[in-house]
Amino acid sequence: MEINAVVIFFAAIFTSNILLTNFLGMCSFLSVSKEVESSFGLGVAVFFVMVCTTAINYAVYHLIMVPLDIVYLQYIIFIIVIAAFVQLTEMLVERFSPVLYYTLGIFLPLITVNCAILGVSLFMVIRNYSFIQSIAYGGGAGLGWLLAILSLAGIRQKLKLNRVPAGLRGAGITLIITGIMALAFIGFSGIAAIQ
Amino acid sequence: MNKKQIFIQSAFTENAIWSQILGICSALAVTNQMKNSLVMGLGVIFTLALSMLTISAIRSLIPSRVRMMAQTFIIAFYVILVDLFLKAFLPDTSQQLGPYVGLIITNCIIMGRAEAFASKNTPLDSMVDGIGAGVGYTLVLLIISFIREIFGFGAIFGYQVLGSWWTRWSIMVMAPSAFFLLAMLIWITEIRKRKRG
Repeated sequence: MEINAVVIFFAAIFTSNILLTNFLGMCSFLSVSKEVESSFGLGVAVFFVMVCTTAINYAVYHLIMVPLDIVYLQYIIFIIVIAAFVQLTEMLVERFSPVLYYTLGIFLPLITVNCAILGVSLFMVIRNYSFIQSIAYGGGAGLGWLLAILSLAGIRQKLKLNRVPAGLRGAGITLIITGIMALAFIGFSGIAAIQ
Repeated sequence: MNKKQIFIQSAFTENAIWSQILGICSALAVTNQMKNSLVMGLGVIFTLALSMLTISAIRSLIPSRVRMMAQTFIIAFYVILVDLFLKAFLPDTSQQLGPYVGLIITNCIIMGRAEAFASKNTPLDSMVDGIGAGVGYTLVLLIISFIREIFGFGAIFGYQVLGSWWTRWSIMVMAPSAFFLLAMLIWITEIRKRKRG
């Protein structure tokens, strides 16, 4: 079944948001979402790395792993590609744009262990996407993650002024807010669906 | 500390999910059915136990600069074993778990235990610690999936226990309920921790 890449792109942002319906990238989502500025920085870095690694992993999977019949090594190879790409980006950004490095640099090491990045590459393989579809999916998932962390950071900044039951402070209330956001995103279902 | 104390500490008092909020991606994703949770939990216990043993056994051989990379490779090796085993013997469950088996690699619990415990302690102690952390993780998964499955499908481990009179709560099958239930669980633990002082 061939799904239009545009449909995949929008579905990955709204109806099957990588964070709110697939629960990927929760660790950094919970720990970084205290401030809007840093959330935006991390979100942009995730988006960029996600698009690029999905494209590279697609090429590696179809040009190297399938012909050599080493698909069972996909986890190791994908994680090497992601780690190497993140390291390389960090070095390039540091060399050519110190300003950008100052805003994004601290987030790059966090991204290697962000399961959303590896998750997108694995979903791409499981769902048999073509190259264009993969890039659309990677871009959509990255934007969706950015959207989710930005909204949560906005809500959490407002929440600082409110009184929260003592036991719920920190992780508890954050998870409840995320749950309500996930409920709201269910409202988008019906626009487009991908499995 | 003897082995029993290590086990109890890493499984209950310092439970990775409810007191350290680690590794919750998969805890939320696979808990819509108890069977998936149990298989996932066993996979994590296996990976944790053996990778802690290996990491601890060769901890003095790895230069600290490439430590993270070496640990990731060791973990990935065991995850591949789990994945191949599931594909061969439990193909249905493997299909339902989808990418989440592979995502054990980036599960923060394993990296966390490797950094905090296995890089400083003897191999056998580290293995006990790994099993403890895995058991604690499995326990949380089973609690959440029990609630989700019984309200969402009226079933336990796929066996229908509530009759046809039961109206299924479709919210329990969907994503938000996982967030709410985990928040409740963290809330309850926090309250108990505060009472104990």
